[in-house]
Amino acid sequence: MERILEVKDLRVNFKVRGGIVQAVRGVNFHVNKGETVAIVGESGCGKSVTAQSLMRLVPSPPAVTTGSILFKGEEVLTKSLRQMENVRGKEMGMIFQDPMTSLNPTLTIGKQITEGLVKHQGMSAAAAKQRAIEMLKLVGIPNPESRVNQYPHEFSGGMRQRGMIAIALACNPSLLIADEPTTALDVTVQAQIMNVMKDLQVKFGTSIILITHDLGVVADVADRVIVMYAGKVVESGKTRDIFKNPKHPYTRGLLESVPRLDQKKDEPLIPIYGTPPDLIKPPAGCAFAARCKEAMRVCLPNDPALVSVEGEDHRAACWLNHELAHPISSEGGESA
Amino acid sequence: MSKGNASAAAPLVKASNGDALIEIHDLNKHFNLGGGQILKAVSDVNLKIGRGETLGVVGESGCGKSTMGRTVMRLYEPTSGNVMFDGKSLYDLKGSQMKAVRRDMQMIFQDPYASLNPRMTITDVIGEALDIHKLAGSRAERKKKVESLLDVVGLNPDHATRYPHEFSGGQRQRIGIARALAVQPKFIIADEPISALDVSIQAQVVNLMQDLQRQMGLTYLFIAHDLSMVKHISDRVAVMYLGRVVELAESSELYANPAHPYTQALLSAIPIPDPDIEAERERIELKGELPSPINPPSGCPFRTRCPLATEKCAKDTPALAEVKKGHFAACHYASV
Repeated sequence: MERILEVKDLRVNFKVRGGIVQAVRGVNFHVNKGETVAIVGESGCGKSVTAQSLMRLVPSPPAVTTGSILFKGEEVLTKSLRQMENVRGKEMGMIFQDPMTSLNPTLTIGKQITEGLVKHQGMSAAAAKQRAIEMLKLVGIPNPESRVNQYPHEFSGGMRQRGMIAIALACNPSLLIADEPTTALDVTVQAQIMNVMKDLQVKFGTSIILITHDLGVVADVADRVIVMYAGKVVESGKTRDIFKNPKHPYTRGLLESVPRLDQKKDEPLIPIYGTPPDLIKPPAGCAFAARCKEAMRVCLPNDPALVSVEGEDHRAACWLNHELAHPISSEGGESA
Repeated sequence: MSKGNASAAAPLVKASNGDALIEIHDLNKHFNLGGGQILKAVSDVNLKIGRGETLGVVGESGCGKSTMGRTVMRLYEPTSGNVMFDGKSLYDLKGSQMKAVRRDMQMIFQDPYASLNPRMTITDVIGEALDIHKLAGSRAERKKKVESLLDVVGLNPDHATRYPHEFSGGQRQRIGIARALAVQPKFIIADEPISALDVSIQAQVVNLMQDLQRQMGLTYLFIAHDLSMVKHISDRVAVMYLGRVVELAESSELYANPAHPYTQALLSAIPIPDPDIEAERERIELKGELPSPINPPSGCPFRTRCPLATEKCAKDTPALAEVKKGHFAACHYASV
């Protein structure tokens, strides 16, 4: 399968008062053509910073980004800003979480769609407008001929998100990065938007990176899942493996802490106690150890590597998967 | 729990049918927007909430669920209708009588970042409620009560002198709960109490709310758009659409046998965190968007998006009628 994106040892550090925040700490993953990869994790785990780095949207300074991002065989991190302009909007599109604040309120929706078409594809204004109307029709906006001349405030939340998808996909990018695209929307509208994205993916063969905390959406649309915690990938694999056979206690914790609509009996929820670590001083060993019910002595000083586990292309970073692992409790209450 | 909380000894009370703490009769709340425009936020709502019961209210944004909650709290004066709280007619109370009742009803807000005064220490945030209702005789007693409340909600009492910004979102929501509990209320309205929190933290806060309910016999009105969490915490659930309650039933019954086509669509829109189930599920996709509450459709408010709508629906507004014991729906074609 053709890899369109390959991220190797991505690290993003932010200089702040009081130290350096290590927001992303050595992330490796890839995206194949036409597939949907979901990145999940709690706020502050580095998922949005990772996604923004792909388009070089993380301001530098204060950020220092190292590692490698190969997009269609070309290194993104060493491109000049001018070269980046030919990637942003043309090769990679992005949908942001909040459709209320990420559209320009002073430009019509049509103008915001045609901007990229004129710049990247050298279309005439008239041809671009025709294409904008087509795009609005594709994302399911009624009366596109009149809607194209309207401003964002004349659109509802769901309609704005459709408009944003139209902008992101107008130039037919190979990669669409969707950062919490439905979090601000109601469930009924969320279902509509996810369907629009799925249809367009089939039509154009776009690869999608979906950043979300909603595991239900992930189960619905993702081919593969990457679970991030404290700036690292702690588990990755095919969606079915991640949900049916999670190999990291953090993934299991995430799955257990959400109530399910199809649950018959109301059992108490199992929360993950504690909070994520401070990334100015990340722990030396496994970053999840302090909140982990199954932590062992080895976890505190030694950071587990992301290694292959049961299942095709399934990886996890947890000492429990080591052949010598046995839980603390079996050692007679000895503390680590 | 220390002796500061008389509630510690309160017996366990669960939903009882006969004895209602709150009875909402024909409640209407309309906002006059000027220029002859009237926004009907809440229309003809009739609900009873039993002592010790949790009533969940769900619906899309703009359906009037928050306005309904605030009108029941008398943060808004109603346009018409009546609320009986603990045998007293709420909207007839004046000055000191109303203040006395306010002690019995408290609110937990959605945004733990905006709902705590950043200039006040936690002692003062919680202590203010004690001061207003003169529940602490001396500074020492006030301090002691605040510390015991922090202990109840699972925070370290030593942190009482800290400011809100020193706490995480989940901890702040615990502070909001401690503030609500300070006056030993009977009734708590929780308006989207967990939607600003990460999933792992949501479970912590929901478990805390359930524990407190068991210990103190609290009655909850739980407003949320997360239908899975509402199902988990509620005894009964009311579904609202355009200011009206369109369905009301025991939580397990509502989710197993939704009778109103809107409820059916709403439930089918929620993604379930299981890829196998998601692959087989059929979604009922609602066409179009929520109509404007300024100009609601004639007859049944849902008819413009309803797959079952007929001419009858445009003429007659269906009343909330019992379709099965304890299960009510407002639809001419409700399925049983």
